[in-house]
Amino acid sequence: MKLFAIIANTGEWLSGSGPHDQIVVSSRVRLARNLKGKPFPGWAKKAERVAVLDEIRGAVIQLPEMKEAFSEKLEDLSPLEKQVLMERHLISREHAAKGAGSAVVMNTAQTLSFMINEEDHLRMQAIRAGLQLDEVFAMINQADSELEESLDFAFHNELGYLTACPTNVGTGMRASAMLHLPGLVMSEQVNKIINSVNKIGLAVRGLHGEGSEAMGNLFQVSNQTTLGEAEQEIIGRLNKVIFQILEHEQNARQILLQQRAETLLDQIGRAYGILCHAHSITSKEALNLLSFIKMGVDLGLFPGGNRLQVDELFIETQPAHLQKGLQAAKLGSEERDSLRAALIRTKLKKMPEPEIGKIPTTPPTAQSPTSQES
Amino acid sequence: MFCDVCQSKEATVFLTQIVEGKMQKVNLCESCSKEKGVNDPTGFALADLLLGLGAAQEIEKNPLGIRCPVCGFSQTDFKKTGRLGCSACYDAFAEGLSGMLKNMHRGLIHTGKVPARLALVLIKARELASLQQGLEKAILEEKFEDAAGFRDKIRLLESEERKSGESNLPGAVPDLLAGLNRLSLVPTEETPPKPGQKS
Ligand SMILES: [Zn+2]
Ligand SMILES: [Zn+2]
Repeated sequence: MKLFAIIANTGEWLSGSGPHDQIVVSSRVRLARNLKGKPFPGWAKKAERVAVLDEIRGAVIQLPEMKEAFSEKLEDLSPLEKQVLMERHLISREHAAKGAGSAVVMNTAQTLSFMINEEDHLRMQAIRAGLQLDEVFAMINQADSELEESLDFAFHNELGYLTACPTNVGTGMRASAMLHLPGLVMSEQVNKIINSVNKIGLAVRGLHGEGSEAMGNLFQVSNQTTLGEAEQEIIGRLNKVIFQILEHEQNARQILLQQRAETLLDQIGRAYGILCHAHSITSKEALNLLSFIKMGVDLGLFPGGNRLQVDELFIETQPAHLQKGLQAAKLGSEERDSLRAALIRTKLKKMPEPEIGKIPTTPPTAQSPTSQES
Repeated sequence: MFCDVCQSKEATVFLTQIVEGKMQKVNLCESCSKEKGVNDPTGFALADLLLGLGAAQEIEKNPLGIRCPVCGFSQTDFKKTGRLGCSACYDAFAEGLSGMLKNMHRGLIHTGKVPARLALVLIKARELASLQQGLEKAILEEKFEDAAGFRDKIRLLESEERKSGESNLPGAVPDLLAGLNRLSLVPTEETPPKPGQKS
């Protein structure tokens, strides 16, 4: 199956729904594995990498969940195709830079992807919409258990799964959630939160850019340590922290509505105005303004508004996605900026105008996150 | 922007190094930069910052470095890239790595998933390790009857292991057993029957 045929559809993690999906955009769990007795990709010779690729790819495409999977060597993908996969978080920047001996395999729903010969022989991930780390872990754990029947993974009695970088040894697991936190950014609390989460061995970073400079107010929370705790313990700790951040974000939005309603409505109204009428817009400005629209939809300011259209724009306005339908040569940044503006204008025409006049006092669809914690 | 080391103070010192052809950036606060001696940016090792305090020194303790007997990767290669060459490197560089892993992680023993194929062996190895500990303690405390109990359980485990083929168990047990037998204070008992097994 050709790549663009698959990615013509929005991935499940973006279009699907899940618990707390207003604030938690997606949940992802990645496992790192290596074959016993084979040098890690960074130290292996090309012939060794190719042999590892053939062995692992052979096993992956046999998995029942990988029927009709997309499977391609990195050297056979164009730079644009690689960047599209990166923008969808299906391969990493590091993997996109790899040439001969590396490959990607993913399912049509784009919920499972396997990077072969990235930093480790195999990095496999599951990603879904909303807060469902336990579910995505179950998915990828299942794939891992099936693979270990035919692949001999490097495992140490004390250190667990061995990885090229000692920061991943043990579980080889990185679990993460992507959070949309405009309330915490607007109320200038986000750095405080990042700081306190970092202190307990978890990492928060901007998806594009750091701290309060994070574009689109998108942040990623993940575990930093992989040795000394079981997978479920790590995910449990992460879940707890994410629930706390969720609660802080909801409180921040409430306080903004109660105490700074004019500022909030002004920002959302301006964002709508600019996005509906701009003819040239950078990726950074687009993400930041779309973040206000997304929050406005969450707060019920766009009755009948379709959040998916806004969410899709976060991805569709990224540089490679903008160009994916075009056969023309690579666009310059000015051409991209006007193409981006045109795409946003078209999509937002289908959105109703914001009802800025009536201020809701409680977000209509917000649930108390703590009520589901147990 | 916060300091990459203490994560609490504002970063004022910004460093860039090329590692493996890639730019690595480190942002430090005033006090952390002094503590790490980065006033001389050429003289500090990025490995220290990325891999934990003292990582570079620990590696340097072995001048010219050990090489991994399996893949030929050297400690110097590790210091340069922050990556290892193959899975056997973990044993080859175990000494230098343990301090580093301690700084990086919440423990030094993996307690999570085990490949199904290894689960049985690993459970036995863990059981044996705890029996060994019990044996050593009993000998130290001169509780020879307890020691004999531990010895018999260890023998049983080992004979099962021999029957099932290759041994993955650590080799310290025979020495200890030899010592205990020399003491010959307790008679060797018959192998006790397994629970639920008819003798
Ligand atoms: Zn500091
Ligand atoms: Zn090695």
